Amino acid sequence: MVYLDHAATTPMLPEAVRELGEQLVRTGNASSLHAAGRRARRTVEEARERLAAALGARPSEVVFTSGGTEADNLAVKGLYWARRAADPARTRVLASPVEHHAVLDAVQWLADHEGARVEWLPVDAVGRVDPDALRAAIARDPADVALAAVMWANNEIGTVQPVSALAEAAAEFAVPLHCDAVQALGQTEVDFGASGLSAMAVSGHKAGGPYGVGALVLGRDLAPEALLHGGGQERDVRSGTLDVPAIAAFAVAADLAAAGQARFAREVGALRDALVEAVRAAVPDAVLGGDPDPAGRLPANAHFAFPGCEGDSLLLLLDAQGIECSTGSACTAGVAQPSHVVLATGADPELARGTLRFSLGHTSTRADVAALAEAIGPAVARARSAGLS
Amino acid sequence: MTDDTAPHPRRLRVLAAMSGGVDSAVAAARAAEAGHDVTGVHLALSANPQSFRTGARGCCTLEDSRDARRAADVIGIPFYVWDLAERFRADVVEDFVAEYEAGRTPNPCLRCNEKIKFAALLDKALALGFDAVCTGHYATVVRRADGSRELHRASDLAKDQSYVLGVLDERQLAHAMFPLGDSRATKEEVRAEAQRRGLAVARKPDSHDICFIADGDTQGFLAGRLGRAEGDIVDEDGRKLGTHEGAYGFTVGQRKGLRLGRPAPDGKPRYVLDISPVDNRVTVGPADALDVSALTAVRPRWCGTPPAGAGSYTAQLRAHGAETPVTAELVDGELRVAFHRPVRGVAPGQAVVLYDGSRVVGSATIATTRRAERVES
Repeated sequence: MVYLDHAATTPMLPEAVRELGEQLVRTGNASSLHAAGRRARRTVEEARERLAAALGARPSEVVFTSGGTEADNLAVKGLYWARRAADPARTRVLASPVEHHAVLDAVQWLADHEGARVEWLPVDAVGRVDPDALRAAIARDPADVALAAVMWANNEIGTVQPVSALAEAAAEFAVPLHCDAVQALGQTEVDFGASGLSAMAVSGHKAGGPYGVGALVLGRDLAPEALLHGGGQERDVRSGTLDVPAIAAFAVAADLAAAGQARFAREVGALRDALVEAVRAAVPDAVLGGDPDPAGRLPANAHFAFPGCEGDSLLLLLDAQGIECSTGSACTAGVAQPSHVVLATGADPELARGTLRFSLGHTSTRADVAALAEAIGPAVARARSAGLS
Repeated sequence: MTDDTAPHPRRLRVLAAMSGGVDSAVAAARAAEAGHDVTGVHLALSANPQSFRTGARGCCTLEDSRDARRAADVIGIPFYVWDLAERFRADVVEDFVAEYEAGRTPNPCLRCNEKIKFAALLDKALALGFDAVCTGHYATVVRRADGSRELHRASDLAKDQSYVLGVLDERQLAHAMFPLGDSRATKEEVRAEAQRRGLAVARKPDSHDICFIADGDTQGFLAGRLGRAEGDIVDEDGRKLGTHEGAYGFTVGQRKGLRLGRPAPDGKPRYVLDISPVDNRVTVGPADALDVSALTAVRPRWCGTPPAGAGSYTAQLRAHGAETPVTAELVDGELRVAFHRPVRGVAPGQAVVLYDGSRVVGSATIATTRRAERVES
């Protein structure tokens, strides 16, 4: 198998697998007062410290969740509710149109059900938000903004946002800025403290950790309304018995991902550059999506539009040859739709139907790139003959 | 002749159309078990799948798509959803509405096989390098020694679906695979086979009605599309017997739902004899006035070479209908069919499918009928 879909999920790091296995055989609810509970609690708190250190955050800023989606929902909805409760005028939500659905749909839900007025921030042709655009949007009426949300790096086209400058713009008006950093962790330097962000979502399985665990990194001054009510285990904003093994393994993975980030960017980035060259050589009219400058995109991401092709057809043809990638777009009822990200960058909707995302990871090899280089030309030719249905 | 569903000398790349029902799931499983390289595809036929029926029946829901995916996962084959909603709307749904509007009674399943499954889907499959499209239909493709293909009734006549495949030409047949066609298994045995294969759809109810009409209410669907148009219900002499809310709501041969109030003078039931969209008039009369001695049919499609001159065949006039002996001839592109014995209730818009023994010869869409001379008693 040639696995080129690490942005969907990447294999767990061996160290994380080991940690998970060791923790799975132990008993203990981290909320219990007895010895088993205390030991579980200690494991969780050590993981919290480890994760915080990896993310440039303080341990008290880490709220463990069931994953990136929950962290995004907690930040967007929870902050909206809390900010509006403090001042009913705050109903304006500013968000980039290239957000992951975990943010995009949460924002849209607030508009549909909670009276939020949504302003989608303008993006350029690579999907990047200009900090001055955010500044101007807030400045139109700083008093009515509930929150802003811009992701760290895009999951489809890999574009990295000017996070610190965006955070600075929001901070000028004391507007909380939430950032989905799910794709960024391990690929680009993620330092919550230095960024100036108010909130940031990360996920375990995108960074070599287990599925079903993530965290919302949340400034101490913020108290979003809870989504999940119950025992109040996590700072009273998130209830539910803590998944001790997953949390411990996540912290191990995040630690390794952060420590190895520079090397990952260098080595995987070189592979990615080779992949881009190979695809361009095989399909000269393929259109690279996202920032053509490698410094402005995730090192593991390559995204192409293939004119005259259905992305689904390409996926099927490559899959039949054991090459696994993604169209990069979300499914609606199983039917591939043109990606909202690609459309937001102003791409021709017809071109947007023929996109593929190749995402590399820590297990990728030159052989993977060579296999794709060989297969992509004939696959594109064949998909073109099938046309756009 | 060799049986097309017997193990192939070579491994074919097969695209299995999977509706989410039990038949297409077992068909895909059999094709995979026969050694073919099978990929499953569910056709999304509604532009807005969530608005369609929510029950287990039919072929268009999200649930059906999930059922198909689950079956593909169990069989161990790749699975995709292809969006053919626009083609389906244009070629099947709009055709359905237009046919009713013109006073005819269309068969959308036949149209879907002709225009979607063995045209839009097949063409895309062939372009992508597949050799055949596999479905769960009960019919048999036979390959003759010269390489040509014939479509035959299924071994089990009770389940035979060759009628709705009668529109396929030889090129389409050459790329069609019906793994259930030579099965003598009863429906219950197919379900048992699904169970044995671990397919969760084993107990799923069959779909019977029209997949794009959410609640099975064809009249309501047509009324929504065509609007109410009150008109007269008259007898054979043109005397008004009642009113209707749209001539499109009737089918030749229909007895129920006329709401005439007064019984016929002779006390016998009355049937729809004719639908005239031009003056929005529905003519009713006694059962024997439904007897037809001949028909003409348009848009003929042949499974192989069109027959020259007049020939003797049997004809089937509706899905699950009985067959009847006929003499048929192609004249100026129009099929003329003479019944050896009068037949009752032939609805324009339905297909006439001609058979030679178990072999499908071809089909055409019924345009006009000639009433049999009434035998005075």
